[in-house]
Amino acid sequence: MSEQTHGDVTVDRVELAEELAGAGLTGTGSTASPDAAEYALRLGDDALVLAQRLGMWITRAPELEEDVALGNIGLDLIGHARSLLHYAGTATGRTEDDLAYWRDEPEWRNAWLFEQPNGDFAHTIARQLVASAYLFELYGDLADSTDPTLAAIAAKAVKEVDYHRDHAVQWTLRLAGGTDESRRRMIVAIADTWPYVDELFEDDELVERLEASGVAVRPSSLRERFDAAIDAVFDEARLERPTGRTAFIAAGRGRHGGHTEHLGPLLAEMQVLARQHPGASW
Amino acid sequence: MVTGAVARPTAADVWAVAATVTDPEIPVLTIEDLGVLRSVEVGDDGAVRVALTPTYSGCPALDAMRDDVLLALTHAGFDDVTVDLVLAPAWTTDWMTEAGKEKLRRYGIQAPTGKAAARDAGPVRVQLAVKCPRCDSLNTRELARFGSTSCKALYECRDCLEPFDYFKVL
Repeated sequence: MSEQTHGDVTVDRVELAEELAGAGLTGTGSTASPDAAEYALRLGDDALVLAQRLGMWITRAPELEEDVALGNIGLDLIGHARSLLHYAGTATGRTEDDLAYWRDEPEWRNAWLFEQPNGDFAHTIARQLVASAYLFELYGDLADSTDPTLAAIAAKAVKEVDYHRDHAVQWTLRLAGGTDESRRRMIVAIADTWPYVDELFEDDELVERLEASGVAVRPSSLRERFDAAIDAVFDEARLERPTGRTAFIAAGRGRHGGHTEHLGPLLAEMQVLARQHPGASW
Repeated sequence: MVTGAVARPTAADVWAVAATVTDPEIPVLTIEDLGVLRSVEVGDDGAVRVALTPTYSGCPALDAMRDDVLLALTHAGFDDVTVDLVLAPAWTTDWMTEAGKEKLRRYGIQAPTGKAAARDAGPVRVQLAVKCPRCDSLNTRELARFGSTSCKALYECRDCLEPFDYFKVL
């Protein structure tokens, strides 16, 4: 066996879907444990559902550059979702497409934040601010996971999410510091988005088990850094973080298959082609 | 092609063929220039394994690059070829070759300014001025952080007034 590497890096294989890896080619990818698969499903569903939401902005954004930006951010998220869903599927012999197109609502594991409607542009920016600030902390820590596949996906994703976060921060500042109308809309959007923040940081038994072996990141451990990052943005934008008992907090059962009424129509649109024409390819 | 008369190919032979494949979005760059071509192995049975790494997680060009590598190696006579996609270690613009950066500039796309590794160095991120690839002016401004592809931002030169693409540091 002779080998030529690029520089002195060592290569850690992550086998993607057969479609991506080449028809008829086989690889030696890792197989996820049932717990790791469930965890990957949560992260993958967050990414895929948010990507689908962002794709809805294309041709509808306030300016052409935002059509492109939101589309590109969505594309990065689809990339994360493909890797995560592929890995999740290795535990049960399902492909990324099986998981994306052939699961019904109660089988989806995304948090409620990600399925919330786009609303006006300020609502989308508020959702992006929360999502990217959370994902940045999550993937930054998950890059040190003892699970090499999750670590590889996270190390790649965190660099992209850094750009997503910057995009959301810049727009939050512009809307909050823009006209009276843009500021009013940003404040409303933050109030409407905040009920969905707490669910992102909830621990449960699955996470406890996985965290004990260094596979997963405990969501509650990210909260302090998330709050600090958000507070820094809000200070500069002269906005306030909704806090205390006056703020409504959503029940947030997404990790266990309970969803708001918004997920069903999103899935219907995303899945209709694959279900009407099973096995279709182009 | 690989007949009894021909010596068994070495990894360097395979690398040389795979390295001719270009980026479908930026045809002046080869996958070697980009740092997307990561490793080549030739097994004792002559089986060839090539590893590619995506630039961005969702980059659609990766599928085309994988197909092109398969095609190039098949044309060169290798009949047992596997192309693996690897994520770790994560691709960075630091791996782009100097020759590749020069080709990019001549093509009208400014190459990444500064090292990705340096971005983690301190609490304050300093965005270095991006030079216009046409007139070398540093008097430029960002029009859009997200450009025609995931890897590029759109800039404008305030001296020669031309817009240009900038390959972002990742």
